[in-house]
Amino acid sequence: MAKVRGAVVVDTEVCKGCELCVESCPEGVLALHLEVNSRGYHYSYMKNPEACIGCANCGVVCPDTCITVYRVKL
Amino acid sequence: MMDIKEIVKPENLVYGKSELLIDTIMHYCPGCTHGVVHKLMAELIDEMGLQEKSVGVAPVGCAVFAYNYIDIDWQEAAHGRAPAIATGISRLNPEKFVFTYQGDGDLASIGAGEIIHACNRGENILVVFINNGIYGMTGGQMAPTTLEDMVTSTTPCGRDVDLNGYPLKMTELVAQLPGTSYVTRQSAQTAPAVRKCKRALKKGIRNVLDRKGTSFVEVVSTCNSGWKMSPAKANKWMEENMFPYYPLGDLKDGEKGNPVSNN
Repeated sequence: MAKVRGAVVVDTEVCKGCELCVESCPEGVLALHLEVNSRGYHYSYMKNPEACIGCANCGVVCPDTCITVYRVKL
Repeated sequence: MMDIKEIVKPENLVYGKSELLIDTIMHYCPGCTHGVVHKLMAELIDEMGLQEKSVGVAPVGCAVFAYNYIDIDWQEAAHGRAPAIATGISRLNPEKFVFTYQGDGDLASIGAGEIIHACNRGENILVVFINNGIYGMTGGQMAPTTLEDMVTSTTPCGRDVDLNGYPLKMTELVAQLPGTSYVTRQSAQTAPAVRKCKRALKKGIRNVLDRKGTSFVEVVSTCNSGWKMSPAKANKWMEENMFPYYPLGDLKDGEKGNPVSNN
């Protein structure tokens, strides 16, 4: 199986911190940041970026569509 | 180790925001299923090249501002009357793709008459029915779809079926009508469920374009603020309590004119 690396970019100002992406991530990459955005929500970020496989589950479940997913084959 | 900047390049994009979604921040509560279903509709209309052909009919309810989020033509309907408005639009513009987007308070309560007759006439529309078992916008009151013993602000001791009646299964009702061609119940709480829901909505859109009759897609949803739970917990509660009463799957998939559901 070809190895893949992914990356997630979160639009932190749009994120409402619902945590659904954190729940959906099979690799435990995402977490809510301790800091908040301008509307007071703890936004999602890549806590463990090396583990991301770019499966896009987080983007698919995000109700606010603030997640963009990238993937490369190594 | 590879740097993030080397991965984040346009050629490596696997998932991003659809161009049909307007950049307004949605007014929905964090974790609301409406956002996911809006996104699916925008993606499908974009992928199928229907932006100029689509007319959405927005209901009264949380989705009342749907026209702020998806860049297509919209019409606002009086409470529950979205299928009647959609009937008019689709009859006068048979080349258009017309869909209604309604919640359970809108479709199953005040609009129950409209939806039954629109489905019975077999209007060429897609009905997207968001069922979260509660009136979300007005403060979490009991809806016709509220489960037995479910606590809402108007049933603080739980829904008593002797007093309030039984939860209404709209999807099973419309599956019996000869005008419907595709009737299904989906959910959108996990990535596989969202992908499956997208396929169901796509089939509904195809049926409208092929003029096969009414397509009805129910999405069993959460209302985490109405249910007073975190989004993740609401999803779990929905799987444990809503799914046994509202089982997922296709109820009817065939041709207009067939009065019996095929399973």
